[in-house]
Amino acid sequence: MVGITAYGGYIPRYRLSRMTIIQNMAWYFPVIMAVAGGEKAVANWDEDSLSMAVAAASDCMAGQDRKSLDGVLFASTTMPFADRLNAGIIAAALNAPEEGAMNADFGSCLKAGTTAAVSALQAVESGQKNNVLVAASDLRKSKMATLAEMFTGDGAAAVLFGRDNVIAEFKGSYSTSYDFIDHYKGSGKDYDYLWEERWVRDEGYGKIIPQAIQGYLKKYGASIADFHKVVYPCYFSGTHREIAKRLGIDPSRVQDNLHTVCGDTGTAHPLLMLSAALEGAKPGDKILLAGFGQGCDVLGFEATDKIKGFKPARGVAGSLAARVDLANYQKYTKFKDLIEADLGIRGEANPNTSLTALWRKRKMILGFVGAKCAKCGTPQFPPQPMCVNPDCNEVGCFEEYEFADKSGFIQMFTGDLLSPSVDPPAVYGLVDFEGGGKAFLDFTDCDLSQVKVGMPIAMSFRRRAHDRVRGFTGYFWKAVPKVQG
Amino acid sequence: MASGIKDKVAIIGMGCTRFGERWNDGPEELMVEAFQECLADAGIGKNDIQAAWLGTCFDEVMVGKSALSMSMALRLPNISVTRVENFCASGTESFRGAVYAVASGACDIALAMGVEKLKDIGYGGLPEFSTAIGMTNSLWFPNLTAPGGFAMLASGYAAKYGLDIMDVKKAMAHVSVKSHQNGAKNAKAHLRKPVTEEQVMNSPMIAFPLGLFDCCGVSDGAACAIVTTPEIAKSLGKKDIVSVKALQLALSNGTEIAYKWDGAHFATTTKASRMAYEEAGITDPKEEVSMMEVHDCFSITELVTMEDLHISERGKAPKDILDGFYDLSGKIPCQPDGGLKCFGHPIGASGLRMLYEMYNQLQGKAGERQVKDPRYGLTHNLGGFPMMNVCSIAIVGKYHA
Repeated sequence: MVGITAYGGYIPRYRLSRMTIIQNMAWYFPVIMAVAGGEKAVANWDEDSLSMAVAAASDCMAGQDRKSLDGVLFASTTMPFADRLNAGIIAAALNAPEEGAMNADFGSCLKAGTTAAVSALQAVESGQKNNVLVAASDLRKSKMATLAEMFTGDGAAAVLFGRDNVIAEFKGSYSTSYDFIDHYKGSGKDYDYLWEERWVRDEGYGKIIPQAIQGYLKKYGASIADFHKVVYPCYFSGTHREIAKRLGIDPSRVQDNLHTVCGDTGTAHPLLMLSAALEGAKPGDKILLAGFGQGCDVLGFEATDKIKGFKPARGVAGSLAARVDLANYQKYTKFKDLIEADLGIRGEANPNTSLTALWRKRKMILGFVGAKCAKCGTPQFPPQPMCVNPDCNEVGCFEEYEFADKSGFIQMFTGDLLSPSVDPPAVYGLVDFEGGGKAFLDFTDCDLSQVKVGMPIAMSFRRRAHDRVRGFTGYFWKAVPKVQG
Repeated sequence: MASGIKDKVAIIGMGCTRFGERWNDGPEELMVEAFQECLADAGIGKNDIQAAWLGTCFDEVMVGKSALSMSMALRLPNISVTRVENFCASGTESFRGAVYAVASGACDIALAMGVEKLKDIGYGGLPEFSTAIGMTNSLWFPNLTAPGGFAMLASGYAAKYGLDIMDVKKAMAHVSVKSHQNGAKNAKAHLRKPVTEEQVMNSPMIAFPLGLFDCCGVSDGAACAIVTTPEIAKSLGKKDIVSVKALQLALSNGTEIAYKWDGAHFATTTKASRMAYEEAGITDPKEEVSMMEVHDCFSITELVTMEDLHISERGKAPKDILDGFYDLSGKIPCQPDGGLKCFGHPIGASGLRMLYEMYNQLQGKAGERQVKDPRYGLTHNLGGFPMMNVCSIAIVGKYHA
């Protein structure tokens, strides 16, 4: 049996109320008041599509054997690198195998997530691959006071496809492809260029999705009534309902488009909604998934008994629950790099990244892989040639030790206002890991006032620095204090 | 078996510039100013110097690499000159080079200079050092600053002893108040205004819980010493000879940052001070050390250092500090010249500036800051960060006293 063996999602904790946007920007473009309800998810300043994809992948892969991965497919229209395999960075962050793996990026279209899923499933079906992870993510960036700013949100999803322990069996797919340009983004451009929304919703979402779903039903001789959940994106909530009506889907069987709680996460959205649907699925439930963008992919799944035994680490529901109000619109515009604020002369330093050093240390930097002394058993970071235990100091006698999934406790910390930061103060400190090991780390997703010595932390893969001159994004792991709220 | 440095080397001359925002002076002017005072004090000629050491930290933004800057600024007679760098211990490293050269018998008279020109960078605080932490560290280290690095120690210290961090901050405030009182009495000090504990407590936050007045001055300055053997010192007619009793250095090996550490002490200072007392023949530092100049880059550093020097008991430094034990009128005056806090902290010069105060105190030349009948003076530098650092300790005293 081929199908979904694990799934997960990630929605960043900051939520910007649409009323906050209206209060700040409706003077400029009152039309945005038409979409006044709910809130959108906003990535922290140190997150991007790739780091969120790693968060979703970690959510999905908790408890799964990462060493059995044959490849990672990454789908996004906002990848940090135009030429450097982005999926390879996700694979490295997961400390996935390098030998025998084929990672790939799927981009330049919002249905790239479902297209990657079809490709992964075909690879498993053909017997060429056993376990392929698809991660889809987008860091949405829109001009201020636009409908796009109102509709979009940041987020990521990940689905593992395989043959063993399938929790939702793959029931075939059907795709359509048209050069229908509801929006586009030219190479090197920061923002989408959008055509009139009436055309996009009536001739785009409103026609292309129903036609593709009907094509699937025809291809497999199925009826829409067979499906317990139908999952398709459409940020026009009225049109989202209209599509269901046109296809004769009972409203209770339509998966919520997450508009009120998160906004449209672009490439991630179909898989994010699928993850949310799977969280509520029972054995035997049939799920239909559609992705939209220059056509439409439709995939069918049927939950197996094994779905009862699976839970993502936190899941979409958990991500949605872990929310913090971003009440400051200016902070949002700074995080999204829509305004320029001074970092001071201290913030000008911009050394390049040594690619040779990064290659040597890729497991340490991207995977947060340390070492465990095979002689004395001491876990340690960073990995060094000589054991750090003063009573041991054995040379070159180590096995890999993954710190990324370890919990720890804050031993000491500060909030540094002198350090140049987009979100001062820069909070960092020393962390003691459960099971041994210590590391000096940046903290994120916390306010200084919430941080205490002894507080537990979890690790999160984050964008560490972005070199605007050379276009290089550096990543490392940060500690997230488990603060309340 | 090594016999240590005690009484093998004498200081015959010292010089120190006024520290501060010396906008119109570069490192060359500062070095020459300190050197002229030092040479006059030693009463020798420039050509009597056979070897020299220069301590600087931020060579990238100041004098550049190599020791050519000093050799050329002082127009030294084509002798060996070596630049040393070991974070904030750079000045004491320079002194160590000169002292060891004399002790070895390789030369008779040597010069140790330390200088730092910090106010040429266009912004407050120390120069940004993201490019100076090593290629691999630059891939993962937090973008820390000096105050941030040391601020962490306050949270670790408070947690270890179950104290409210604001109570620790009160003791830290007294550290700064005391140094301001002393600095006000020093014409060469950068910051010369007394402050109140309330002012310190309410100063703008830099890195929690360190406010502006918990941080030392960022200053330009130079200091230097000329050393020789006690025999040559005597032959030069020197009286009240000040000799080196101990000179120790200890560096972190990764234990604190990556293995085991309580986050409430400096492992290096704890060891280096013990070694220094042993080298100097001091068995009870609380009774025998007369005065100290320690590395108060931040108030919390001085507070914790009082315990690492085996003077305050563990967990008791805040009480001793608030009791006035380290005030100028206390049992062991600490920072009689104002310390890094008020004299200022041109990094490479600081170790030698501390020795300059000890040297003057031992010779009874400290004016209204004079400590009564000092026997041993201890200087201490701490470079780097609490979890990985370089510690240097020097003890000086009257020769054969």
